Amino acid sequence: MRYLPLSDTDRRAMLGTIGASSVDELFRDVPESARLSGPIAGLPMHAPEMAVERHLTALARKNTPAGEAPFFLGCGAYKHHIPASVDHLIQRGEFLTAYTPYQPEIAQGTLQVLFEFKTQVALLLGCEVANASMYDGSTACWEAIGMARRITRRAKAILSSGLHPHYVSVCKTMARFTGDTLESALPQLAAETDTDHLIASIDDATSAVVVQYPDILGRVTDLQPIADAAHAKGALLIAVITEPVALGLLKAPGEMGADIVVGEGQSIGVGLQFGGPYVGLFACREKHIRQMPGRLAGETVDAEGKRGFVLTLSTREQHIRREKATSNICTNSGLCALAFSIHMTLLGEKGLRQLAELNHARAVQLAERLSVLPGVRLVNDSFFNEFTLELPVEARPAVHAMVKKGVLGGVSLGRLYPGADALEQGLVVAVTETATDADFDALEAALKEVAK
Amino acid sequence: MTINQSGWKPSTPVKGPGDTGTVTGNRALMLEEPLIFELDAGESAGVDLPDVPQVTCRLGGLERSERIGLPGLTEPETVRHYTRLSRQNYGIDLGLFPLGSCTMKHNPRLNEKMARLPGFADIHPLAPKETVSGAIELINELAFWLIDLTGMHGLAMSPKAGAHGELCGLLCIRAALEARGDAREVVLVPESAHGTNPATAAFCGYRVENIPANSDGRVDLEALKERLGPDVAAVMITNPNTCGLFEPDMKAISEAVHAAGGLVYCDGANFNAIVGKVRPGDLGIDAMHINLHKTFSTPHGGGGPGSGPVVLSEALSPFGPIPYTARYADGSVKLIEEEEAANEHPSSFGRMTAFHGQMGMFTRALTYILSHGADGLKQVAEDAVLNANYILRSLEDVLDAPFAHSGPCMHEAIFSDRGFADGFTTLDLAKALIDEGFHPMTMYFPLVVHGAMLVEPTETESKAALDQFIAALRHVAERARAGDEALKSAPIHAPRRRLDETLAARKPIVAYRQPAPDGAESPTRSEVGDR
Repeated sequence: MRYLPLSDTDRRAMLGTIGASSVDELFRDVPESARLSGPIAGLPMHAPEMAVERHLTALARKNTPAGEAPFFLGCGAYKHHIPASVDHLIQRGEFLTAYTPYQPEIAQGTLQVLFEFKTQVALLLGCEVANASMYDGSTACWEAIGMARRITRRAKAILSSGLHPHYVSVCKTMARFTGDTLESALPQLAAETDTDHLIASIDDATSAVVVQYPDILGRVTDLQPIADAAHAKGALLIAVITEPVALGLLKAPGEMGADIVVGEGQSIGVGLQFGGPYVGLFACREKHIRQMPGRLAGETVDAEGKRGFVLTLSTREQHIRREKATSNICTNSGLCALAFSIHMTLLGEKGLRQLAELNHARAVQLAERLSVLPGVRLVNDSFFNEFTLELPVEARPAVHAMVKKGVLGGVSLGRLYPGADALEQGLVVAVTETATDADFDALEAALKEVAK
Repeated sequence: MTINQSGWKPSTPVKGPGDTGTVTGNRALMLEEPLIFELDAGESAGVDLPDVPQVTCRLGGLERSERIGLPGLTEPETVRHYTRLSRQNYGIDLGLFPLGSCTMKHNPRLNEKMARLPGFADIHPLAPKETVSGAIELINELAFWLIDLTGMHGLAMSPKAGAHGELCGLLCIRAALEARGDAREVVLVPESAHGTNPATAAFCGYRVENIPANSDGRVDLEALKERLGPDVAAVMITNPNTCGLFEPDMKAISEAVHAAGGLVYCDGANFNAIVGKVRPGDLGIDAMHINLHKTFSTPHGGGGPGSGPVVLSEALSPFGPIPYTARYADGSVKLIEEEEAANEHPSSFGRMTAFHGQMGMFTRALTYILSHGADGLKQVAEDAVLNANYILRSLEDVLDAPFAHSGPCMHEAIFSDRGFADGFTTLDLAKALIDEGFHPMTMYFPLVVHGAMLVEPTETESKAALDQFIAALRHVAERARAGDEALKSAPIHAPRRRLDETLAARKPIVAYRQPAPDGAESPTRSEVGDR
């Protein structure tokens, strides 16, 4: 077995040192009745690399990778080009096979990366501080609501109808057990977002208003009036980002008064991977740092006065506070945070801005082409790299019909909101720098055909 | 925008009284590295992008007007920055990493290669299902391995990490109790449990109470039975437990909890010790998370991402989260989401993450499982346990082993600081082990052992590696017993000496900010945050 270094001679010698006659003797605390005598019946035995690779490759071939078709899917996960050096660097064994940096003297690599990552995230989201990452955007969103509850000591959050429905589901799952009240509604196929309704809904019991920016239909809305209204009632504004590239061009939520900004960081450095692992971004005002969930890396000095970094403020965390912790989270998404940070370093201010401009410009070009197709209406006035079309037909079967033409044409609102009749003609189309003119042509032709 | 306005001027990275006297602060292969914010010249980028076409902007008047302040580097500078930083890290690839409870075993590189196949790495979570049938099959194949290896009934694949899996298990338990109209409020957790157990129970609204341990480091069955009653929703047990011991009464514990109307959650963090040897389902467990990053060797990545699928008993399976994969009698598999759940999974407690969980980890774990097979996995458990017992018996004459009298350990050996000279601690020993070229063991956990040192060698260490580690640990243990003052200044050979964690916590600087311009008064650290 290629992964197990002990030889039978080693095993015998070691049993001699231990004073046991067999390995089974070491399992004597396991009741005889629960001990299996041989390998579990019906399962295959060990296999060579070649055989395993063949099996996995066959499974992989049954899927259509985003890079092998005209591809326009978004809604919380985006296909961007990842520079080759990102994947090379994250595979260095010292990053890949390290643990949580509990021994900082031999983990300065991970710790400095986290310090840099947190600063990049805070700058991008327009906040003072950020943590070392969460599992993903959806779990970060729920954690933000919990944090707002602890800060305001209120337990009613108002969720914008533009918040990703899967994020809403995650929050509802948790709220059912924690006793939080969540107000939510279905979005409407309209250019206007629900800002007025949100502002009208805020009252003295509201802990937070949760708004996605750009929202699930791709619309962009000014958060400042919502922040002002929330603050006037002692509530917080939580902004949720699912496409961080947008912030290369758009004003950051923190600049518009958001108190907590969370997001999905997958777009930068992390592949689509069928939904995970991704990297949750979490940033807030410095004054709320002790209510923040997750890990923090901070600057300090060593015994010789040299600058170094450590995990800090861990008295908020489960391994110290146990049932009184701010969250039960015990990991971050370290390697994905590293990928995010490397990609962001390669982009820099200039590259991120250009990438964002490119995404927006390409999306505008495609929106202009598709919105003149017969029967197709562009829902958005504003958008970044994702917009919603109202088709003359139900969008869900249209998506499958486009697959038959070799085009991955978008996400139907019917898939995201099953049973919502008013949304079933909605198709959300995302455009990134990876889409070519030929891809545009293919989508236009396919849509023309299926939207008849 | 400025960050950390109340901060303290960052020290320059290379100066300090202990400097080796080089102009650069470097020591041959050990290279100091500034922050990216200190390297940036302003306009660099490591990407070349196509020109941006001219269009009418449709951003709703919300364009950014200010610079973000992000540094950028070209590719050679970027590669050098991160390569230099990587060399300040210890990893399994460098040597034995005996972090108890964390299972730092070799990460096979085939797993990495398979996870990067475009058919897995480059598929969208909302892709039309007919374009991702291989991914759904893969999830299902892994699910069935995990079910067979644990002898359980159903599986929730979506939890993102061990603690998220605990949450999933407790939400299933709560949903099941609510479904029978039984509002129970208390979750019992042993004192030796991982901190995530009580944190998770509290996170989903339960009151947490401790279960006492007996002098052998196991759950006190009689005390537990006494505490059980109509208010106890669940008991959370780690088995093998965090002292590295199997709970021989596990079946009796499960029966007692069930008889009192409660359910049994097993923390599967230590499944590595029994995989292929014992099926938790045979012990009466209702839910158990499996840390794919421990037992099935997906890389730890410096603190994640992990993956924590949860195996469920027949009683709990109907309540598991969506999305999940179902397999039908004809062998076909299907991904169940909101739309299908109404008919096929109506009691589900809902969604706990946006998409399907950690697909990248599923690919790696299945690769690992297929490589090992049923025989290899059994050997994994046996060698892991053999290696731990070898360490236990090789060191019990110099290190106090509080439970060694009660028999063999499982996959990890626990020692205490008893016998160290006055004023010498587990921390001193751990830092000296760094100088010997090893990552220290888990320190001060579990809490039930004074100055605990939890050593988990794993099965991927050779006898030669174990012998070298034993010799090193023996040496530093002898120094701690003798009161060798030099131990207090360890480590001396690491990239940094001991770091001041108190300073970091008292006056936190958690993000970089530009230093004050020359001549301006440097701000000082100050207290931040509402407590």
